Amino acid sequence: MDRRESLRTLLIGGAGTSLLLSCKLDEGTDVSELTDIKEKTFDYGRTPEEEARDEALLEQDFYTDEEMKTIIVLSDIIMPGEGSAKPASEVGVPEFIEFITKDIPSHQTPMRGGLRWLKNESYKRYEKDFIDLSQEEQIAIIEDIAYPNDVKPEFTQGAQFFSRIRNLVTTGYFTSKEGIEYLGYKGNSPNVWDGVPEEVLQKHGLKYDDKILAQSIKPEERNDIEDWANYQI
Amino acid sequence: MSFQIIEQAPKYDVCIVGSGAGGGMAAKILADKGFKIALVEAGPNFDPANPEQRTQLRWPWESPRRGAGTMRPFGDFDMAYGGWEIDGEPYTRAQGTEFDWFRSRMLGGRTNHWGRISLRFGPLDFKRKDFDGKGDNWPIGYDDVKPYYDKVDKLIGVFGTRENIPNEPDGYFLPPPKPRLHELYFQKGTSKIGIPMIPSRLSILTKRVNKKRAACFYCNQCARSCSVYGDFSSSSVLVNPAMETGNVDLFTNAMVREVITDGNGKATGVHYINKEDLKDYRINAKVVILAASACSSARILLNSKSAVHPNGLANSSNVVGKYLHDSTGSSRMAFMPSLMDRKRYNEDGVGGMHLYTPWWLNDNKNLGFTRGYHIEYWGGMGMPAYGFGFNMENLNGMVPGIDGQTKKAGGYGVELMKDVKRFYGSLVGMAGRGESIPQEENRCEIDKEKVDKYGIPVLKFHYKWTEEEVKQAAHMQDTFEEIIGNMGGVALGTKPGKDSSYGLENPGRIIHEVGTTRMGSDPKKSVLNKYNQAHDVPNLFVMDGGSFVSQADKNPTWTILALAWRASDYLADEMKKGNI
Repeated sequence: MDRRESLRTLLIGGAGTSLLLSCKLDEGTDVSELTDIKEKTFDYGRTPEEEARDEALLEQDFYTDEEMKTIIVLSDIIMPGEGSAKPASEVGVPEFIEFITKDIPSHQTPMRGGLRWLKNESYKRYEKDFIDLSQEEQIAIIEDIAYPNDVKPEFTQGAQFFSRIRNLVTTGYFTSKEGIEYLGYKGNSPNVWDGVPEEVLQKHGLKYDDKILAQSIKPEERNDIEDWANYQI
Repeated sequence: MSFQIIEQAPKYDVCIVGSGAGGGMAAKILADKGFKIALVEAGPNFDPANPEQRTQLRWPWESPRRGAGTMRPFGDFDMAYGGWEIDGEPYTRAQGTEFDWFRSRMLGGRTNHWGRISLRFGPLDFKRKDFDGKGDNWPIGYDDVKPYYDKVDKLIGVFGTRENIPNEPDGYFLPPPKPRLHELYFQKGTSKIGIPMIPSRLSILTKRVNKKRAACFYCNQCARSCSVYGDFSSSSVLVNPAMETGNVDLFTNAMVREVITDGNGKATGVHYINKEDLKDYRINAKVVILAASACSSARILLNSKSAVHPNGLANSSNVVGKYLHDSTGSSRMAFMPSLMDRKRYNEDGVGGMHLYTPWWLNDNKNLGFTRGYHIEYWGGMGMPAYGFGFNMENLNGMVPGIDGQTKKAGGYGVELMKDVKRFYGSLVGMAGRGESIPQEENRCEIDKEKVDKYGIPVLKFHYKWTEEEVKQAAHMQDTFEEIIGNMGGVALGTKPGKDSSYGLENPGRIIHEVGTTRMGSDPKKSVLNKYNQAHDVPNLFVMDGGSFVSQADKNPTWTILALAWRASDYLADEMKKGNI
C-alpha cells in the first residue's frame, strides 16, 4: 500500500477497510498497484528530471497517520464546503498538503511543530488529542488562533501555524477542480475576447471610448491575414 | 582515459550558438539565403505543439504542487527549462555584490516564456549621452535600425496602436485587444494625474500574419508557449521555418565550451560537450555567431583563450563581460474595493496586459535621476495556482462584510470560503521597468576557482546599482501610490523605503541583462562594430543582447531581433563579397 492509498484509507476511515479494498481483485481494482508497471499519476508536460523528482516525492511519506488525520480535520474546519461545494477533504486538499510539504521543505518544521502545538493545547485543555475532541472543543481552540490581529499572547505561535495551514488549505481548495467551479473562474479555454460585457461596464460607470472601439481587433477579422498595403507609419 | 574531440564531418558556412531571439533570427535569415548552418543549443529540442511538452490549457490540479514554483521559478506550467539556479551549472558573485542569472536551456531559450512586450527603442534611446551626458551613445541610431524593426513587425507580428509619441516609435501593428475592467480603472487613475496609458505592444497575433500560425485564442498563457504559434517564440516562429529550408542542422543538448581559432586568430568553429554522451565534439564553420545570451556569450569568449588571444577571444579591448546591465524593477500591489463581488466572465485575454504606460517624463530634467521607466499592470479574474487565497487575513478585515459588519481578519469555515469568492478579481498591481546607466565595473568575469560539471570555468558576477537606479525606484513607488489613490484603491503592504532601496529588485531579476560585448566605433573601447562583428575577429559575430550599449526602459527582445537580422544581412553580403 503506497502513500496515496493510505491517504485514501484515512479518508474512508480505518486501515482494515483499506486492506480489504487493496486485496480484492475486482473491476474496481487498480491493476497498476499489483505490478511493477506504474501509471503516471500526474502527466503535465514534464522533463524527465522533473518527472523523476515528482515520482520520488510521491513515493515518500512526510506526515504520520496521526498528523494526517489532524490535517484532514483542520482542512474541513477551514474549508467545510457550502451548498453543493464539497469539503476540503473530499477535493484532494490533504493529499496536496502532504505533497507540498515534501516539495517545499520550509513548510516542514512549522507544520510538524504546529500540529504538535495543537495537540499539546488540546491535552492542556481537555486531556485529549485534537482529533478526539468534540466539534465544540475543537472550535474553541480554533477560535483562539484563527484571528492573527486579535490573538492573546499565549496563542501567538498557534495563530502562526493556523495562518499557514489556512493558506495551504485555501490554496489547495481553490486550485482543485471543485474549488475552481465554486469560485466561478470562467477561463482556460479557447475563446474570443471582445471586451468587458456591457452590463459590467455600466455597473462600474465605465465605457470604451470611440478611439478604443475604432482601433481594437474586430472578432470577425481575427482569422484574416493582415495586409499592410495601405498602412502608414 | 583518452581525451578526444570528435569532429563533426561537414564544414558549415555558419555555426550559430544559441537558438533564442538572436540565434533564431540569424538561423532564419541565413538559411533563407542558402547558407549551410549548424545551430547549437545547450538544451533539448522543444516545440510548443508537442503534446508531451505542452503545459498550455492545463489546470492547476494537473500538477501535484498546483503549479508552485519549486521546479520552474515562474511555476510548473511556465515554459522555461532552467531558472535562477541550474544543477551542475553554478555561477558566483563577488562579495558585497548581487546578480541573479536566469538561464533557459531549450530550443528557443527564454523566448518560450517571455512577456512578449515588443517595444522599439526610440531615437533618444540610442543617443542618451547626447541628452544627459551619462553612459555612452550607440554607434548607430534609430534610422539604422528602423527598417529592420519594420521587417520584424511584419514577419513576427505585434499588436499596438500608432500614437505618434516621439521616443516610442510606431510600428506595423496588428489591432490590439480591448482593455480589461481593471485596466480601465487604472486608466481612470492615471489620466487624473497626467500619466499616459496606451495599448500595449505585444508580439501576439490578434490577426494572422501567415498561414502557418493561428490567431490568438485568448487563454492568457503566453508564458506557457503557444501550441498554435499565436505568439512569438523563437522555436516555433524562427527555428522551425529555418529547419524547413533544409539548410540547418540542429545540435541539441550541446554545451559550447569555446570558440576554436586558428594560428592567425580566425574562428574556425566551436568545441562543445554533448550532454547526453558527455563526449567532446567540434563543429567547423567559416563563421561563428554567438547568440547564447549576453552572459553566456561573454563566458564563451573569455574561455576561448589562445596564444593569439591570451585575454579571451575578441577581447583586445578588455571590455568583454563589462558594462553588464539589467533593467530596474520595483512593484506594488493594491486592493480595489469596487472590484469586489464581481460578475464572473472569461477575461483571460492575451498573455499579458492590454494597456501599459510608456515613460512620460523625457522632457523633465529635474527628477534627481536621468533615465526613465515604463509601467506594467496586472489584475483580473485569473486562473488560480499555488499561492491563490494566501494571506486572506490581510484582506478580509479591511472592508465590511455583506451584512455590513467588519469582521476580525482571518477566520475559517464557510465565511472564509465566501470571502475568497468576494475578493476574487479585486487585487491589482503594477511594476516599473526602468533604464539603468551601464557601469564598467558591473561585469561578469571567469571565476578563477570554479568549473561547472562539464569542466567549463564559470562566471563570477560583480554588480551594484548606483544612486541613479535607487532614486528611480523611489520615483516608481511614489507614482504607484499616486495611481492607486486616484483609482480608488488601497495600497497593500508597507511602502518600500530607503532600507529596501524602494523595492528595487536585484540586478538580473528582470532578465533583461545585456551589454557584455558592447558595440562601438573604437576597437579599444568596444568588442563589436556596429554590425555585431567582433573588431578583432572578422568571422565572429555576437547577435544576442551582449551588443547593447545601453538597454532602454524597453524590453530588449525586439531590438535583439532587429539587430540580428541587420547583422545577418551584413554578414551575408560580406561573405558574398569574399570579405569573410
